[in-house]
Amino acid sequence: MKLTLSWLKEHLDTTADLNTIVKTLTRIGLEVEEVYNPAENLKGFITARAENVTMHPDSDHLHVLTVNTGKEKLQVVCGAPNVKEGLIGIFAPVGTNIPCYNEVLKVGKIRGVESFGMMCSEKELCVGEDHTGIIELPQDTKIGLPASEVLNIDPVIEIAITPNRAECLGVRGVARDLAAAGLGTLKSLEIEKIKGTFESPIKVKVLCQDECPTYVGRYIKNVDNTRQTPKWMKDRLTAIGLRSISPLVDVTNYINYDLARPLHVFDADKIKGDITVRMCKENEHFVALDEKEYDLDTLSLGICDDEGIECLGGIMGGLSKGCSADTKNVFLECALFKPQCIARTGRKFAIESDSRYRSERWVDPKSNVLGSDYATQLITEICGGEVSEVMIEGDENAAPQVAYIRPSRMKTFVGMEVAQEKIIEILSRLGFKTSVEGDKIKAVSPSWRGDIECEQDLIEEVVRMIGLDEIEPQSMPHDQFPKQVLTPAQQRVVTVKHELALRGMYETVTWSFTSSKLADVFHKSNQTDVVLIANPISADLDEMRPSLLPNLLMGAKNNIAHGYANMSIFEVGPEFYGRHPKEETNVATGIRVGLTSDKDWSKTSRPFDVFDAKADALATIAAAKGPIDNPQITLDAPAYYHPGRSGTIRLGKNVLAYFGELHPSVLKKFGLKTRVVAFEVYLDNIPLPRATHDKSKKKLELSAFQPVVKDLAFVVDENVSAAAVLAAAKNADRNLITEVRLFDLYEGENLPQGKKSLAISVVFQPNEQTFTDKDIENLMNKVIVNVNKNTGGELRA
Amino acid sequence: MEDIKDIEQRILEEVSKASDLKALDEIRVSAMGKKGEITEMMKTLGQMSADERIETAKKLNLLKSAVEEALSKRKDILENEALNAKLACEKIDVTLPCRPETQGRIHPVSKIYEEVAAIFGELGFEVAEGPSIEDQFHNFNALNMPLNHPARQMQDTFYIAHDKDKPFEMDDAYVVRTHTSGMQIRTMENKKPPIRIIAPGRTYRSDFDATHTPMFHQVEGLVIDKTTTLAHLKGCLYDFVKAFFELDDIPVRYRPSYFPFTEPSAEMDIGCLKTKTELKIGAGNDWLEILGCGMVHPNVLKAGGIDPDEYQGFAFGVGLDRLAMLKYGIPDLRTFFESDVRWMKNYGFAPLDFSSLTGGLSNNGGQLR
Repeated sequence: MKLTLSWLKEHLDTTADLNTIVKTLTRIGLEVEEVYNPAENLKGFITARAENVTMHPDSDHLHVLTVNTGKEKLQVVCGAPNVKEGLIGIFAPVGTNIPCYNEVLKVGKIRGVESFGMMCSEKELCVGEDHTGIIELPQDTKIGLPASEVLNIDPVIEIAITPNRAECLGVRGVARDLAAAGLGTLKSLEIEKIKGTFESPIKVKVLCQDECPTYVGRYIKNVDNTRQTPKWMKDRLTAIGLRSISPLVDVTNYINYDLARPLHVFDADKIKGDITVRMCKENEHFVALDEKEYDLDTLSLGICDDEGIECLGGIMGGLSKGCSADTKNVFLECALFKPQCIARTGRKFAIESDSRYRSERWVDPKSNVLGSDYATQLITEICGGEVSEVMIEGDENAAPQVAYIRPSRMKTFVGMEVAQEKIIEILSRLGFKTSVEGDKIKAVSPSWRGDIECEQDLIEEVVRMIGLDEIEPQSMPHDQFPKQVLTPAQQRVVTVKHELALRGMYETVTWSFTSSKLADVFHKSNQTDVVLIANPISADLDEMRPSLLPNLLMGAKNNIAHGYANMSIFEVGPEFYGRHPKEETNVATGIRVGLTSDKDWSKTSRPFDVFDAKADALATIAAAKGPIDNPQITLDAPAYYHPGRSGTIRLGKNVLAYFGELHPSVLKKFGLKTRVVAFEVYLDNIPLPRATHDKSKKKLELSAFQPVVKDLAFVVDENVSAAAVLAAAKNADRNLITEVRLFDLYEGENLPQGKKSLAISVVFQPNEQTFTDKDIENLMNKVIVNVNKNTGGELRA
Repeated sequence: MEDIKDIEQRILEEVSKASDLKALDEIRVSAMGKKGEITEMMKTLGQMSADERIETAKKLNLLKSAVEEALSKRKDILENEALNAKLACEKIDVTLPCRPETQGRIHPVSKIYEEVAAIFGELGFEVAEGPSIEDQFHNFNALNMPLNHPARQMQDTFYIAHDKDKPFEMDDAYVVRTHTSGMQIRTMENKKPPIRIIAPGRTYRSDFDATHTPMFHQVEGLVIDKTTTLAHLKGCLYDFVKAFFELDDIPVRYRPSYFPFTEPSAEMDIGCLKTKTELKIGAGNDWLEILGCGMVHPNVLKAGGIDPDEYQGFAFGVGLDRLAMLKYGIPDLRTFFESDVRWMKNYGFAPLDFSSLTGGLSNNGGQLR
């Protein structure tokens, strides 16, 4: 909502300066977003007199003149038709910035004659709309004065009006609130009641009283819409960003912004028959002023004539019945519509207008006759014409809203004592009618306020006027020793992030959306729906991501484009498998791309491989306190992984993680040419440790006897997994074998085709007494037998 | 026969001239080995008369110990020389760089989450988290925003599409939550007062420009009991901004505002100094909007199953990304979500940077590498 200072002062009698007004507005909840003061753009512009005005030797409309600034006389070429000897206007010397063009003025040469400055129009200075000629100041104006001192400068204030304060969508509402805040007095509204001289030939029938409780109509004949809108009105409309169209349209716009009172003017000669206010029929056709076509429904309210809907009440007029320069007779509508009805229709058919904006919030139900009278006055003043008697359908006597406030609640709800008298004073100033009923104050809302429904609303009014800053802050009482803030499930997410960062990965945060084109290969078997967004912000952010990988891969692609080919990045966040709330799961997902480091003298750099991803996955599970001692790894990772270089870490039937190289055909979709390894850890699938108060660690049992380490090599079929060999060795004796390590893997020469050799170190730990040679031999035999039994492995000769 | 004194002098001279351990050992063998010179001389003692034997034995023993001592000293010297020579050969250039290691980073949003949790934890708050996809009841209706409420339309809501075979109807659709405020309702549904929670999380609005991204992060706060007042709201938020910006004092002001789910409602500004090149929090004459807050609306308490005649409290919402930008001077919101490794390296936090009020909220993870 924009207004100008002079417009505000039309309603508010105040001596407060602009700065005080602006500060007060913000303090009482009418947040000033911007103040535009044209004076700030007028530095350097001065008053000056035109002298020696002669025709330009080479033009039939340009003049050459001497501009007298009082200090110097300069030759200027001027194209304005109204330039004349002795005219006093505003002069822009060379070097000033012309606000309208935002350009610094230079010495010009126009058709061979040099010009050292410019005489300006209102429009060029952004102080008005007039561009037909240069500004003409009164003859007694001194020359050499700063322009801002002599021009009628009207600063523009832009206020953010919250949805509950619809009355402040009119300048008068803002003025009223300022007056209540003690910044002057509200002037009374001087509206002339023009008596009608004839009966309106167009009658009105309201068939839906619920949606349209009041309809005030008036016929005005013989108007002249070709006349000029008065300069003061044009200037105000222009200042707040509205275009002047014609007097009839300008008047309705002006009253909309002046009193927050929407109106509509029909070209009466285009109306066929009488006006009926009724609900629309299903799919009833309507072409609005914005030239868009709508097929309405039975919940929309139409202002209709014999030809159908001519106006969508409170929202927008129809194209066919609007006013034009030829309009001779008009029908003026000032009606009240139910906000819910307006909001629904506006939302359903996506029609935005200043009228809807006000109508769906709150329009003063007692302003229909007043609005009609005001419009009648302005229209006849500008366009002439004769007015009919006023027709009123329905009435303006809707019961006002009532709420109660207990003064004691100021202490117990706000934390600040406010005396009953003070509360009554504040509410009265705001227009409420108050009376004391026991321990409560009854407050009857003024008709312009539609937002006061309960005690808290009244408390807000009191607090707003006293000033929120007057309330003494009070720290929260915290008499109890605080508990742990994060639940174990929340804390482990934090731990996982720090663990992955410690492992050299950068944490990123990417959209929860992704591109459905890129996401389709990432749908997993548990995906119940493809979760598409009905109104995506762009085509590549149209699906709630089924995996974090597509966004991370896009990140990798962008980094490579910046010249960073080696990277390890991860994100912890939701992936979505269904369209309902909670059909999402929290995943720690990471990718590693390129080399472990840039090339280096120590030659430690190597390409990332599947074991980096596996280590990340296991470290993540460990950080989340999941089970990692005997990870159950199956070879059924989703299809977007490399079929031979990926795995699934499971706990029973639950998937804890996937890891592996990504499938080259998936990478190709992202334009990635290098190998990428990835892991996805499903944090929600990792069981939380049972809550226990026993924090003591497992007792450390140390053996007095030295362990014996023996190396064994087995030849197995190449498709036998290393895990199977290690498990067979470990399980050969659960008591005495404490550790089995794989220290060599060999395939190739000296081995039969299709075989590989796995060399393991086995740690035997005696408990009772030192092993004899015989004991060790027996244990080694157990290992050899068990490995052979479970994997077919033969001891390598 | 050569005098014992002469022999001693000769051998000691040989010892002192031995150039390496091998030469020294040869001298030891030739003097004191089984057939060494001194050994041989000892053997002659048996043939001597008693007096002569005593005299000679004494001299020979002195000789023997003098030679042994000289051998030992020389050996130490030679061993030391050999070690020094070996070490000299092992010299390497220790100014060579270390083997490459990468220190990872924690994203600013995660960092702010930890800081905010640490501060509110101190005030007895717990953390509640909820889903990104919400029903319209939790996201709007229960928050005193019925279907045609103007505020509902100001939120640029993303809607979830229906099944392919069902035409889309906006009012039936699930939404991607436009704020974390729905967590007020979810909390009240699951918990009896007294309630003190913060609910951080991802939020979504269809808006994308220099200062808006379609996804951002908020943290909701909710306090409900029988005695919490607007003055407590002010005190709580003042304590929070002081702790968060790690300042002893910070100018704040509150402006009346409007949110459907609070009444009275306010926006909180903090004092700052704005220049073309920097933004300094806590000083200067400018104000910076930082959060929205208010007393929980009775309709919201009712929707959450709590009696508004008995209970009251406050709620607030603040942008985590915005807090990160203000505290750590990160200029552009959009860059938070671009996965640019250069950005992450610069604006991210060290892996060991943990936030607490005992160890400090920020920059306690050591030097960034």
